[in-house]
Amino acid sequence: MEQIAEITISVLLVAAGIFGLVGSFGLIKLPDTMTRLHAPTKASTLGVGGVLLASMLYFWIMRGQLSWHEFLITMFILLTAPITANFIAKAHMHRFGDKNTMPDTGTPRDWATFEDESKEMEPVMTRVEPKPKVTASDHQF
Amino acid sequence: MIPYALTFAFGCFGLSLLFNLYRIFVAPGVVDRVLALDTMVINIIALLVLYGINTHSAVYFEAGLLFAMTGFVSTVAYCKFILRGDIIE
Repeated sequence: MEQIAEITISVLLVAAGIFGLVGSFGLIKLPDTMTRLHAPTKASTLGVGGVLLASMLYFWIMRGQLSWHEFLITMFILLTAPITANFIAKAHMHRFGDKNTMPDTGTPRDWATFEDESKEMEPVMTRVEPKPKVTASDHQF
Repeated sequence: MIPYALTFAFGCFGLSLLFNLYRIFVAPGVVDRVLALDTMVINIIALLVLYGINTHSAVYFEAGLLFAMTGFVSTVAYCKFILRGDIIE
């Protein structure tokens, strides 16, 4: 049992180290900010998650004391990572993003973050009606 | 076996911290610096937990939790400042 736990903990630690390194390497390797935003998510989920899981197993099996601190830290990081990513992307779009190169939203409304405040209370789900297709049978009559 | 794996993980996360430091000094824009600081906090949490395993003490988990909280708040404050020029309006 001890042997299996030792192997599991070691594998988790090595995998977490590799993922953390990959995340930070992507931060300096990838070409622009929006792609660079993607790299550290590996470090924050798999890297730190692996380390915390290894620590939990270590203190549980090797030391005989189950601690919930690691679980708390994991939950906190998993909850806050999307929020920080959203904020950073928004800051980048407003500071450096070009509004004309953004893809179309598919609705009459603009991207929510670029919208002026007077439109903010309007309903969101107003889709553009697709134009009726001109089929071959229409032309015959 | 665990001490070797711990040393390896320490090396990996230390190297990641150096990469982040490089990105903070050499960055095309201010947003990249904020992103690098956020990643740095994540790596520091991992290092703290690893150090806790190394010294068999549970004190470092509380430090990691505090780092997670202050890291999140500081990243949001930076982004808010870049966006609006003010943190609490």
